[in-house]
Amino acid sequence: MKSTRATEEPAWVRRALLTAGLGFLFFFLVLPLAAVFTEALAQGWGLYAAALKEPETLSAIGLTVLIAVVALPFNIAFGVAAAWAVAKFDFKGKSLLLTLIDLPFAVSPVVAGLVFILLFGAQGAFGPWLSAHEIKIIFALPGMILATLFISFPFIARELIPLMQAQGKEEEEAAVSLGASGWQMFWRVTLPNIKWGLLYGVILANARAMGEFGAVSVVSGHIRGETNTLPLHVEILYNEYNAVGAFAAASVLALLALVTLAAKTIVEWRMKKETAMLAATLAPEKT
Amino acid sequence: MRGKLCKKINRKYPNHQNRFQISLCNLMSIKSRRVLPGFGLALGYTLAYLSLLILLPLGGLILKASELGFGQILDIALGERSLAAFRVTFVASFLAAGVNALFGLIVAWMLVRYTFPGKRLVDALVDLPFALPTAVAGITLATLYAGNGWLGRYLEPLGFKVAYTPAGIVVALTFITLPFVVRTLQPVIEDIETEVEEAAASLGASRFQTFGRIIFPALLPALLTGFTLAFARALGEFGSVIFIAGNLPLVSEIVPLLIIAKLEQYDVLGATALAVVMLAISFGLLLTINLLQWWTANRHKNAGGGKP
Repeated sequence: MKSTRATEEPAWVRRALLTAGLGFLFFFLVLPLAAVFTEALAQGWGLYAAALKEPETLSAIGLTVLIAVVALPFNIAFGVAAAWAVAKFDFKGKSLLLTLIDLPFAVSPVVAGLVFILLFGAQGAFGPWLSAHEIKIIFALPGMILATLFISFPFIARELIPLMQAQGKEEEEAAVSLGASGWQMFWRVTLPNIKWGLLYGVILANARAMGEFGAVSVVSGHIRGETNTLPLHVEILYNEYNAVGAFAAASVLALLALVTLAAKTIVEWRMKKETAMLAATLAPEKT
Repeated sequence: MRGKLCKKINRKYPNHQNRFQISLCNLMSIKSRRVLPGFGLALGYTLAYLSLLILLPLGGLILKASELGFGQILDIALGERSLAAFRVTFVASFLAAGVNALFGLIVAWMLVRYTFPGKRLVDALVDLPFALPTAVAGITLATLYAGNGWLGRYLEPLGFKVAYTPAGIVVALTFITLPFVVRTLQPVIEDIETEVEEAAASLGASRFQTFGRIIFPALLPALLTGFTLAFARALGEFGSVIFIAGNLPLVSEIVPLLIIAKLEQYDVLGATALAVVMLAISFGLLLTINLLQWWTANRHKNAGGGKP
C-alpha cells in the first residue's frame, strides 16, 4: 500500500475528483469561452472586423457604455452611503434594509423590467402624465438606465458593508476627535481604507450593468440603432441567422468578461496583500 | 461603549429599572452614536434611493396586482400554460442547482485541498458566468449543443437532444449558476481544521468515514446555502435560457418568458399576476438564504473558534 497521509484521500480518489472537477469546468466554462471566439472568427478576420464596424453594432457599443457610465456614479454614491450607515451606526430595521439591498439579486430581471413598465408605461401609473408632458421613459434611454440601476446597485454596497464592519470605527472616531471635518475624515481616512473594496464592487457592478439582458430587454422596445445595447444587439443578429455578426458582438462582451475577471483577480490579490501587511504590523502588540 | 455604560448603571442600581434609568441609557446611546458624522445624510440618501428604485416600483406592481385580487392571481398562475411554465422552471432550476451542488463540492474541494498546474487560473475562471453577459452564454451554449455544434454533433447520434429541449434549459441554468456553490463552500473548506480529520483518522476512521461523519456535516449548511442561491438565481434567469430552450409553450417555456409573452399581447394584468407570484417566491427564497447563512455562521462559531 502506498503511503497516504491521514488527512488525504487515496491517490485514485484524488485523481478521480480532479478529473471530474476539471472535466466539468472544461465542458461548462472553457468550451463555451473558446466557442465564442471560434464562431466570431469562423469566416476570417476580415468579416469579423467588418461585423464590428457595422454602424448599428458601434452605436450599440456606445449605448452600452453610456448607460454604464451614467449608472456607475449613482451606484457608487449609494454603495458608500448605505455601507456608511449600516456598518458604522446602529439603528432599528437594519436587517430589513439589508434584505431590501439584496432584493435585486433574487428578483427575476424580467420582473425588474416589468415594474418600470407598470409605473411609466403607456397604461402605467404615471403614463398619462408623462405622455401629456411628452416625456419618454419606457422604450427610451431613461427606462433602460432605471432598469440597469435596479439590477446593478447592490454590488458595491454588498462589497463595502462587510469590509467597513470589519474595519470598525476607531480610526474615523480618532480623526473626528482630532478635529477633522466630516469630509476630511471621509477623504483622508475612510476612502483610503475602502478603496480596493470599492474598486472591486465597481468592477462587478460595471460587468452586470454592461451585460444585463432581461431587464433592459423588457423596457427597451428594441429600436435598432436607438435603444439597442450590445447584449440586445447580439440577440437581434442571432435571430437573423447572422452568426458571425452575433458572435463578433458577443466576443466584445466576452472580452469585457475576461478583463473583468482579470481586474477582479488583481484587486483580490492586492486586498489580500494589504490585509496580510496590516496583520503583520499589528501582530507584535496583539500577542 | 454605550452597552458598557448601560450595564454599569444597571449593575449599580439593579432594582431601579425605572423610566429615568432607561431614558438615561437612551440619551447616552444617542450621544455615543453621534461621534461620527454623516449618519443622517447616509441613511437619508440610502432610504431615498431604495424608495425610488425598489419600493415605489415594487409597490406599483403589488398595487396593480391588487386590481386582480388573490383568487384571480391564482387562477392565472394555475392556468394550463402558466402551470406548465412553472413546472419547467422549477424542475430545471432544481436539477441545475443539484448538478452544481455535486460538482461545486468537488471543484471547491479540489481548489482548496489539491495542487495542480494552472490552479489560480482555474480559480479565477470559476467566476466567468458572473462576468459573461447572459445573452452571450445563451447563444454560445445553443451553438455548442445544436445538432451541428461541437457537442451536439456527438450527443445527438446517441439520442441526447439538448438544444431546443428542456434539457437545454438545465444546461444553460447550470452554466449561469455555476459559481454559487463553489464560492460559498471555498471559505468553509479553508476553515476546516485538519486536526479534527487527523483525530478521526487516528481513532481508526477510514477517509470515507471521516468525510461522511466529520467533513460533510460541517459543509452541509454552506452547501445548502449555495444550492438555494443557485436555485433562486435560476428561477428568474431569462437571457441565457431563451436561446437554447426552443420556447415551446407547455414544453420548454419558462415563467419569465411567459411574462414577456403576456406583456407583448398587451395582457398586462396576466403578466403582473405571474410577476407577483415570482416576487413572492423570491422573497421566500431570500428569507431561506438568510436563515441558512445564519445557521452557517452559528455552526461555524460552535465548531471552529480556535483560529488565530
